[in-house]
Amino acid sequence: MEESLLLDTVERYSNGEMSAQELFHFEEMRKNNAEFDQMVVEHLFFIQDLEKYADFKRLKNRLNEVEDQLSEEGSISKSPLTGKSKLVYLWGKHKRTIAVAATIAIIVSVSCFLIVSIFSDNKQNNIRPLVEKLKEQDVKYKRLENQIGKLKSASELQAPIEKPRLESKFRATGFMIDVDNNYIITNAHVLDEVKNQLIVENNKGEQYLAESVYVNPENDLAIIKITDRDFKKIPSLPFSIKKTDADLGEQVFMLGYPKQEIVYGEGYISAQNGYQLDPIFCQLSTLANEGNSGSPVINKNGELVGVVSSKEANSEGVVYAIKSSNIYSAINEMRKIKENENIRITSKPILRKTDRVTQIKKVQDYVFMIKGN
Amino acid sequence: MNNNGQDKILLEGLASQNKESIELIYKANYKMIQNLILNNKGTIDDAADIFQESMIVLYEKALNPDFILTCQLKTFIYSVCKRLWLKKLQQQQRFISQTDDFNQVVSVDEDLDLYKKRQASFDIMEQAMAKIGEPCKSLLEAYYIERKHMQEIASEFSYTNADNAKTQKYKCLVRLKKLFFAEYKNLK
Repeated sequence: MEESLLLDTVERYSNGEMSAQELFHFEEMRKNNAEFDQMVVEHLFFIQDLEKYADFKRLKNRLNEVEDQLSEEGSISKSPLTGKSKLVYLWGKHKRTIAVAATIAIIVSVSCFLIVSIFSDNKQNNIRPLVEKLKEQDVKYKRLENQIGKLKSASELQAPIEKPRLESKFRATGFMIDVDNNYIITNAHVLDEVKNQLIVENNKGEQYLAESVYVNPENDLAIIKITDRDFKKIPSLPFSIKKTDADLGEQVFMLGYPKQEIVYGEGYISAQNGYQLDPIFCQLSTLANEGNSGSPVINKNGELVGVVSSKEANSEGVVYAIKSSNIYSAINEMRKIKENENIRITSKPILRKTDRVTQIKKVQDYVFMIKGN
Repeated sequence: MNNNGQDKILLEGLASQNKESIELIYKANYKMIQNLILNNKGTIDDAADIFQESMIVLYEKALNPDFILTCQLKTFIYSVCKRLWLKKLQQQQRFISQTDDFNQVVSVDEDLDLYKKRQASFDIMEQAMAKIGEPCKSLLEAYYIERKHMQEIASEFSYTNADNAKTQKYKCLVRLKKLFFAEYKNLK
């Protein structure tokens, strides 16, 4: 009972409804009685929070009201917009300058759920997959590329139906592991992005249709197969896939598509396990950007030691790669399905004694962009 | 600039929760945000949520009498929505690159930090409200959110008079306060 009286008093105080005399007594009491003051502070905090809450609620109700009304009127559309006119307008406005913008990692400070940070579901907040989503602008580029490509190859066109360039909504990386059956390995999370078509594109910009044949979110590996008949067989893999873990401190390089051309990156193995000591992954000290998901990680002997998967969101230069041994287990699992039982890695490790530049030259033909829409 | 003058009026309108102003803000910006969200893996519902959130951020700013919008209202809304959406995508373990952007973006980090804090206490209150049960919930909502008079509430909730309703309201408030602080401590 006394508490409700106090709440009443505090509420009137908060609303400025006290008479001068009452206010005087109230302030006196607060000054002279620390316990009372403490209680007032607590009540004030609560009352003000409640008022604020009520205010927000009113605003929300108002917003909903407006929204409902406008959508009934048809002023705001409830069906998906194409956004094409915006594209043209903005394209005209900013042209190429935007394209130069650096790939700035978004420094979104992940709110620290301190207590729950031990649980693995928090993983989602701290590590970030490296698939790059393409904006309309890239699509626009593609169209240009497409037209240029058409001009260039106009004379070579034999097929009555020309092959249009396929638009894609994201870009990641993958690499060939079986040249006989055209199996390519990439990250499982990359395939989450595919709604319709899966496309594989080489460094020359040639696109081929592909299908997903194996996806394992557990170790974030996926295997896809180029199904396109136009795809010309390429020679045996120049690198072998390492069955054992890479050594701590081992120098490695990566090739991937954080942009529309192949990009080289280097670093070293900085830890034997991944995020929260996940033994499927190892940790690299290197820089990786969106689009690097699925990039091969190769050591100086030309052995494939990992597949780039994600990076730490809160610190720079911490990249996680799936250990290459997982590729073998993925393949073994995949063989259990009848259509895929003939998958096998045919490699002629010719990179062992070659210098880095030669290694890159050899490897890059086996690294593909993984795209899709 | 003429534009800025108009923005200022709209903001004042928003601060007083004026319906026409809110309508105008929606009409001028909603499609832009919907496009942003739809083109980045979001749904129409996501767009509506994000837009509402940005309105709350903006409202918070507009309430401050010293606030001066240093960019166009459109730019501010776009920046807030983009940031909010990126955060949401990140939480869903999706990621879109920030390499190219058509629109100008201004830094809104501070505003969003404030919003996040507000949202946190807002959530606490909401949970306390959800636990308090009837008739307390309706009664408190009628008084604090709908701003009904005690007399009105008394007749609506069949109390004999306004004083009775008021006593009941304070009993409910005491309960809500307990729940609120219990939730609050849980969070800490």
